[in-house]
Amino acid sequence: MRIRFPRLRARSRQPELVCQQVVELVTDYLEGALSDADRQRFDRHLAGCPHCTEYLAQMRETIRLAGRVAPEDLTPAMRTDLTDLYRRWQAEG
Amino acid sequence: MDWGGRGESVMGDPRPPRAEGDTLPAMDSDEELLRRLRAGDERGFVDLVERHNGAMLRLALSFVPSRAVAEEVVQDTWLAALRGLGAFEGRSSLKTWLFTILVNRARTTGVREARSVPIADAGPVVDASRFGPDGGWAVPPEHWIEEAENRIDAVKLSELLRVLLDTLPARQREVVLLRDVEELTSADVCEVLAISEANQRVLLHRGRARLRQALESELGGAPR
Repeated sequence: MRIRFPRLRARSRQPELVCQQVVELVTDYLEGALSDADRQRFDRHLAGCPHCTEYLAQMRETIRLAGRVAPEDLTPAMRTDLTDLYRRWQAEG
Repeated sequence: MDWGGRGESVMGDPRPPRAEGDTLPAMDSDEELLRRLRAGDERGFVDLVERHNGAMLRLALSFVPSRAVAEEVVQDTWLAALRGLGAFEGRSSLKTWLFTILVNRARTTGVREARSVPIADAGPVVDASRFGPDGGWAVPPEHWIEEAENRIDAVKLSELLRVLLDTLPARQREVVLLRDVEELTSADVCEVLAISEANQRVLLHRGRARLRQALESELGGAPR
């Protein structure tokens, strides 16, 4: 026999987020793409969840680290090639 | 190395010293370099190349399978940029404009289609096995931020990130590269790659999550 629980929350706000949903919303959260209601649910979850807080911090750290990856140096050969290219272009008139 | 990333010009510049009053390349804005280039100053061009070539090469490598082809695409892009200089109105940044030309060129080489068959990548970004039946963490994120900030040499870390970026699926890598490495705005990323805002966000989400997971696997503590 199945026991049906009364719908305690039926008339209150949307159900709270669980961690598995939070990780899927992290980018929308960081991008400011969540609705006000969802952002509040997200913040409420974070306030009570150290693991998701850590996950979010790691996401920010990932972004920060990516921003520090420097492009490779211009090699002398590339510089020469591109200087030649410039001179050919100038000669085109 | 002749030049560091992020626009700082460092050691070993083989060119003759500049005349007094001349600013260092890092100090000149793109606008100033463009002005010099338009006035026929070759050095203006070389300075622009110094500033943007590395990022262009990196982006090109994301589209084509070999370094030789990527270098060709970059050279084509510079030539197209020189020829189109009159049409550049500065509505977007010079970098965004260069990237847009580059992506168009890279795509028309058609090499990428042969290389990467689109793979459905639609599962959750964090493995479902890490959550309990109630959707809460069963295997929470391992700590690694401290490791990254305090215990690993910045050069090694940068090298690690470079390697990890290469492991991302191409479309995710392109978005992460433009957004998080090159720090373009989402609008500019959409313009460069000709994708929608929503699509950009999905690719960014998946790419970043993979990168975070890879960092956790590399730097995290206890084995799972």
